[in-house]
Amino acid sequence: MQATFYIASAVAVLATIMVITRYNMIHALLYLVISFLAVAIVFFILGAPFIAALEVIIYAGAIVVLIIFVIMMLNLKEEAVEQERIWFSGNTWIGPGVLSVILLGELVYILVTSATPEVSHQVIDAKDVGRSLYGPYIIGVELCGLLLMSGIVGAYHLGRQKKKVVHRFLEKTE
Amino acid sequence: MQNDTLNHILITVGVLAGLLIVAPGLIWLERRLLALWQDRYGPNRAGPFGVLVVLADTLKLFFKEDWVPPFADRKVFIIAPAIVVITALLSFVVIPFAPGLIVADLNIGLLFFLAMSSMGAYSIILGGWASNNKYALLGAMRGAAQLISYEVFMGLSLMGVVLMTGSFSLHKIVEAQQGMWFVVPQFLGFVIFLIAGIAETHRLPFDIPEAESELIAGFHSEYSGMKFGMFFVGEYLGIMLISCMVTCLFFGGWLGPGFLPPVVWFIVKMFAFIFLFILLRASLPRPRYDQLMEFGWKILLPLTLVNLVITAGWILYHEQNGFGN
Repeated sequence: MQATFYIASAVAVLATIMVITRYNMIHALLYLVISFLAVAIVFFILGAPFIAALEVIIYAGAIVVLIIFVIMMLNLKEEAVEQERIWFSGNTWIGPGVLSVILLGELVYILVTSATPEVSHQVIDAKDVGRSLYGPYIIGVELCGLLLMSGIVGAYHLGRQKKKVVHRFLEKTE
Repeated sequence: MQNDTLNHILITVGVLAGLLIVAPGLIWLERRLLALWQDRYGPNRAGPFGVLVVLADTLKLFFKEDWVPPFADRKVFIIAPAIVVITALLSFVVIPFAPGLIVADLNIGLLFFLAMSSMGAYSIILGGWASNNKYALLGAMRGAAQLISYEVFMGLSLMGVVLMTGSFSLHKIVEAQQGMWFVVPQFLGFVIFLIAGIAETHRLPFDIPEAESELIAGFHSEYSGMKFGMFFVGEYLGIMLISCMVTCLFFGGWLGPGFLPPVVWFIVKMFAFIFLFILLRASLPRPRYDQLMEFGWKILLPLTLVNLVITAGWILYHEQNGFGN
């Protein structure tokens, strides 16, 4: 089990690095999907099969598909790749690179100095997740519902089309 | 322990071999049945009843030139047809064909199936995008929109079954149908799942991503040879998968009167639904793209939610009165 955990985490980290360094946006998104799948496996190994399934269904299956959908609509081709290449060359790496190295150093320091908590191998299935979501965390669920509702209302407002009548004599917009 | 491992490997190989034999065989079945319903003979020359036409088709696909267009995104173009077959085959892992005859009885079996079917959408999107062709791109966009929207209530329509069973495991769902098949209390769920399943496999009448008459095969118009064959086999695997799921979830899986073994019951029910899929292709016209989306979001989604609320309320009522589990 431990070997699978380390392999999956390594794949997740590598895939995420590839996401950042690809010039072609669709390729980057494909690596993002691989990264999500690897994280799903990590969740599964840690004893959270329900969250693993949701990770695949929602993140890998729905959200990234939507992003790809939008990119297809924009039809970004060679010019976009060229532009990414220009943005990614030379000095742009320095700032984020330095900041990331600081964070990485801190992370390694914390990992080395603190004791590793024991991972319980208790499997938490869908029923337990549901109990805690609709028990102590009900307020979070309600707030998420409100947030999504506002998103839907906003999308409706943006997407609503004005009726247009095209006719020689009756040209008007409502 | 040794015996267990061997048994497991045998089941896995057996299921895989069965699927890979039946899926191309469906090509023949579909042609013969379509011909029957249209007063023709269909392929009837090679071998008994023309069965060998499958072999001829496969050989033809293998010997066609395997061409990758120079303007395509090569890597993605090659990966796309593999994804559809991989996800379809992986979904069969959780399907119980008979008691004990299951590759892996995951306790999130149903969610695994939904996850794999949502991953399957990538083959259409990537295939269409990588072809770098306007027809293919249009097909891919339609496919993406169709699959995402029908996935939503495909999952929700199954939640009634999950509520009544109290588990995501397909094995337990089948066992919970000893008294009554779920098609009776969950009839609405069954109809919605079947419609969403047809849309998910993008079969006629919902084959809008590949509509021949307007998009010249849509997302796979640039594919040839065995890469096209993969999309083809993937589609038939998808039909089998949805038929298996309907059988498991609503028609009692392997359950049936004792004069036939459980596996045979399962296969009989599965083929009944495959016939239904082919009959639908033969008889229904294709809706327009906006009609499809409207039908999905304005009719099916509210119906699914109503079904879910009523089922949940019914179960809650019975639990509070001391019946049920």
